[in-house]
Amino acid sequence: MSRIESTLAALKAAGRTALIPYITAGDPHPRHTVGLMQALVAGGADIIELGVPFSDPMADGPTIQLACERALIHQTSLWNCCAMVAEFRKTDSRTPVVLMGYLNPIETRSLEAFCSLAKASGVDGVLIVDLAVEEAPEFAPKVRSFGLDLIFLLAPTSSDARIEAIVHEASGYLYYVSLKGVTGAASLDIDSVSSKLEQIRRHTRLPVAVGFGIRDAASAALVGAVADGVVVGSALVSQIEKHQNSPELLPGLLRAQLAEMRAALDALAPAAVA
Amino acid sequence: MIYENLPDARGHFGPYGGRFVAETLMEPLRELEVAYNQLKVDPAFRAELDKDLALYVGRPSPLYPAERLTRKWGGAQIFLKREDLNHTGAHKINNTVGQALLAKHLGKTRIIAETGAGQHGVASATIAARLGLKCVVYMGADDVERQSPNVYRMKLLGAEVVPVQSGTRTLKDALNEALRDWVTNVDDTFYVIGTVAGPHPYPMLVRDFNAVVGREVIGQSQTMLGRLPDALVACVGGGSNAIGLFHPFIPYDGTRMYGVEAGGDGIETGRHAAPLSAGKPGVLHGNRTYVMADDNGQIIGTHSISAGLDYPGVGPEHSWLKDIGRVNYVSVTDTEALDAFHECTRTEGIIPALEPSHAMAFAKKLAPTMSKDQIIVVNMSGRGDKDIFTIAKREGISLL
Repeated sequence: MSRIESTLAALKAAGRTALIPYITAGDPHPRHTVGLMQALVAGGADIIELGVPFSDPMADGPTIQLACERALIHQTSLWNCCAMVAEFRKTDSRTPVVLMGYLNPIETRSLEAFCSLAKASGVDGVLIVDLAVEEAPEFAPKVRSFGLDLIFLLAPTSSDARIEAIVHEASGYLYYVSLKGVTGAASLDIDSVSSKLEQIRRHTRLPVAVGFGIRDAASAALVGAVADGVVVGSALVSQIEKHQNSPELLPGLLRAQLAEMRAALDALAPAAVA
Repeated sequence: MIYENLPDARGHFGPYGGRFVAETLMEPLRELEVAYNQLKVDPAFRAELDKDLALYVGRPSPLYPAERLTRKWGGAQIFLKREDLNHTGAHKINNTVGQALLAKHLGKTRIIAETGAGQHGVASATIAARLGLKCVVYMGADDVERQSPNVYRMKLLGAEVVPVQSGTRTLKDALNEALRDWVTNVDDTFYVIGTVAGPHPYPMLVRDFNAVVGREVIGQSQTMLGRLPDALVACVGGGSNAIGLFHPFIPYDGTRMYGVEAGGDGIETGRHAAPLSAGKPGVLHGNRTYVMADDNGQIIGTHSISAGLDYPGVGPEHSWLKDIGRVNYVSVTDTEALDAFHECTRTEGIIPALEPSHAMAFAKKLAPTMSKDQIIVVNMSGRGDKDIFTIAKREGISLL
């Protein structure tokens, strides 16, 4: 069982919803990223999605675009991201880390070189936003052969045929994009999310995390009631943007922000944990 | 392999092309592909398209013998395919007319487009006005500045022009922003991509709509000259005018083809927009193709005096044509293109856009290496009215 699988299985057994924060590596500066990851864990993160900055993040809204630009000022590369995870692993061997990004930086050197370094650095999974399942037949087995989970996106537009094809290649968990739009979008329709999750679960027993449009404790609780995990990204990245010039404040702020969501999610659990 | 059957069912041209987008767009792209494959063989759709091309665009465009340039340059005879005479002044309208008809058949009420030089934006705004569709055009903020006449034209036509401030504030960023709009408004919106890039089926359908250019050249050269040209020359940014001219000629081995990229300040300076000449395969804007990227896989800023060529990627079919050696890809610098601009303007009384000025600059080098009985067809893909301010500024001339 991979670290992602065992983490999610334990949460499920406890009736708890996974809290999955996203931050962009290198934002506001590469030297802060590991500290921020630790703060996210302190705030209640079950899994961390660490964004690999890309010059052309076409699926992201303005908040994460700007985060990528801030990270790229300092030339934060995929290789730096792996190094950050290795550093994080010195103090945390429990929390799974998923690298999330776009294909071009990953393919720049060989896929094998990336997978082998990622695994050695303590990365658990990879989510490549612009890698559709149709383009993954050679890719997916290679990633899995290194013991890395390959996380795929599902969307409101995904048909039954597509869901079936995707769950066949996916491992770890599935990331359901709650709305038609980019990251950081405002509105989320919980009824349509709920019925789409039912449709997805007819195809798979993999845990399904939901992201896009989760900004605070209330929206986390709303989604947490129907999903196996909630992903929160732009709301955290906005905080980083706002305080980019006083980075010493960021660990405390992110921790507090996430802790509110953690509390809201734990209040949903049947046997509330201490 | 029968080349003409490319792309394959998954949208691949050899190792290039494909569909590299976020999941939300996969199903809409599949629907577009299915609709297009049905409509392209539908006689009623074809008739509607042909009528628009004849009566609205003004096709066929002439194949013009540039006799004075031929004498001046020496060697092969120069013919210009006059896409600059189309309605809106460039080849771009061939594609927007076709895609807007698709949008209409799919019941979409809003079209969006990205634009670099503004020609595709104008062509999209034009057809939107005619069909009564809402139109939003994304344009890099730097391009908005250097192509202000076209920005005003789009606004006159009723389009909303959105300056894109992210990234390098040029065409690639406009494409990102248009994709973000599409993923958000996919239910009522049709994305009219202006070049042969993007995810499948766009490289195929944009090519098909532009291939009327090459088909006309085949007919015209057989009628006028009794044979096919020896060489074709076209500029390549994303590559839509070039593929439109080249594609129908691919089976004719006797015709050599040259795609001319923007060499900017010179390939050796790194300040250029020539991914086929100096880039490497990668993934950008939904397809695998040659791109300009740094060692970390980040897409790098490009430079060209021509906003329409200022793009770090290129259509995937061009990448394939390069690898199989069917098309030669070369580059010319800003300065060479400007010289050709003036020479064409003064010698033939035709003011070319800066984009085809690159093709003219290469034709000038090519012609003297060929004999007088040989024929070169250059795609005069657009007229230069939009560029006179850029040129005046560069040459230190004040127009106001």
